[in-house]
Amino acid sequence: MSTPFYVSPQQAMADRAEYARKGIARGRSVVVLTYADGIVFVAENTSRALHKVSEIYDKIAFAAVGRYNEFENLRIGGVRYADLRGYSYDRADVTARGLANVYAQTLGTIFSSVGEKPYEVELIVAEVGRAAADDQIYRLTPDGSVVDEKNAVVVGGNADSIGNYLGQRHRAGLSLAEALKLAVDGLARDPNGGTPRALTPEQLEVAVLDRQRPQKRKFKRILGGQLARLLSGDESAAAEDGSDGSADTE
Amino acid sequence: MEANLSGTGRLPAAFLTPGSSSFLDFLDSHAPQLLPGRRALPEGMTVEAPHGTTIVSAVFDGGVVLAGDRRATMGNVIAQRDIEKVFPADEYSAVGIAGTAGLAVEMVRLFQLELEHYEKIEGAVLSFEGKANRLTTMIRSNLAMAMQGLAVVPVFAGYDLDLGRGRIFTYDVTGGRSEERAGFAATGSGSVFARGSMKKLYREGLTGEEAATLAVQALYDAADDDSATGGPDLARKIFPIVTLITEDGFRRLTEEEVSAIAISITDQRREHPNGPQAPLL
Repeated sequence: MSTPFYVSPQQAMADRAEYARKGIARGRSVVVLTYADGIVFVAENTSRALHKVSEIYDKIAFAAVGRYNEFENLRIGGVRYADLRGYSYDRADVTARGLANVYAQTLGTIFSSVGEKPYEVELIVAEVGRAAADDQIYRLTPDGSVVDEKNAVVVGGNADSIGNYLGQRHRAGLSLAEALKLAVDGLARDPNGGTPRALTPEQLEVAVLDRQRPQKRKFKRILGGQLARLLSGDESAAAEDGSDGSADTE
Repeated sequence: MEANLSGTGRLPAAFLTPGSSSFLDFLDSHAPQLLPGRRALPEGMTVEAPHGTTIVSAVFDGGVVLAGDRRATMGNVIAQRDIEKVFPADEYSAVGIAGTAGLAVEMVRLFQLELEHYEKIEGAVLSFEGKANRLTTMIRSNLAMAMQGLAVVPVFAGYDLDLGRGRIFTYDVTGGRSEERAGFAATGSGSVFARGSMKKLYREGLTGEEAATLAVQALYDAADDDSATGGPDLARKIFPIVTLITEDGFRRLTEEEVSAIAISITDQRREHPNGPQAPLL
């Protein structure tokens, strides 16, 4: 009979964290920024069917990087949690804080459970408030930590270098077009200092939580022509209400 | 595992199991006690509860109007004067409910959530027929309660984006649904009179505004002959709820808009108490 190798708990956890980190680092990044009217999500994603950014509830959205089947599972779980909670209590009682907590518990339990492999995902849960000061952004790592973020957050591949870039340039009260430009500049940067890549609207998945939206559901995807006009700096495009967004209903 | 609503703790396995995009199915497997149809009533008893009365709907050029009076009755007592019985189901459809008010409101909440849930999980909107079928399922699950006097009978109306026109579906207590191809429909205790009224007033090619007037006329006629239906209450400023659903989505007429229609109808009825007259031949 062979003797099992002894692995110290520290080493086991470090290995698991390293495993999850490598999985996440392989993917493209997602940027989340606050702007004057809410929160904008920008992901590098050529697929129109597999989303990295999605709606969870009235004022809450979800962004993720890493392994698709894992974060898709968590997204569906989040939608079910939010809808069940809103049905049992009231729509006002569904909060990003509560959802981030549930995600943290779920990720943390999976991370430290010997029988399961850690999830290779990093999540952002954001909630738009009545005023800019009430906006909330939570970042969740695979080990179940929750980080309460402000202004600008990046998850995925070059999160650190893009995060530094955005942190230096982000200011309160950006317009949507300015915030979008900043996010795209960040995503397009070469981490080794080379020339930035050119990102076209087709390579981007963009959505906003817009507190000015009259509907109770504040989430809206920015697609096609509207995205192209915003990227070219046309501020008036921000007011358009795209009828092609999947989350346009009330 | 129990439904975890405390806001802490890991998501139960049921939440993370892929599969159904239906919130009803999820509730059925995870928290069946929350489903309205699951509550058993004692055998052979009937319950007296407030009932909502008349709902009318009519198709016009480019959309559909759905309207309801504001009265709820319990036996011969007026239980509520300003109840609301017409609700948006999603951006392009609405549901108006006659029958047991308490169950109806809960059914509408669940129906709205069912459509929204599907849309969020799938990233696509259900087809118009699909929405109508979900409502069938919900009414059918209420059949046991309906047999004990707690029936819920809705009208489902909306703008079908694929066909580019307004459509109306009516239901019976067993969930049987039928599309109203004549262009108008009514349900509830005053529906007989409302339908008679619309039969004489309805014509193809109405505008949205005309259709709204038609709906209020029909409700007026229903209130005229059915004691359970409430007419426009000028003293308390309680007017029917009138909603229009077009290509631009759901819109509920403001109180000013409805009161203007209701006041012009009451003024006209002072001269002709039976309302506008259709030619004999």
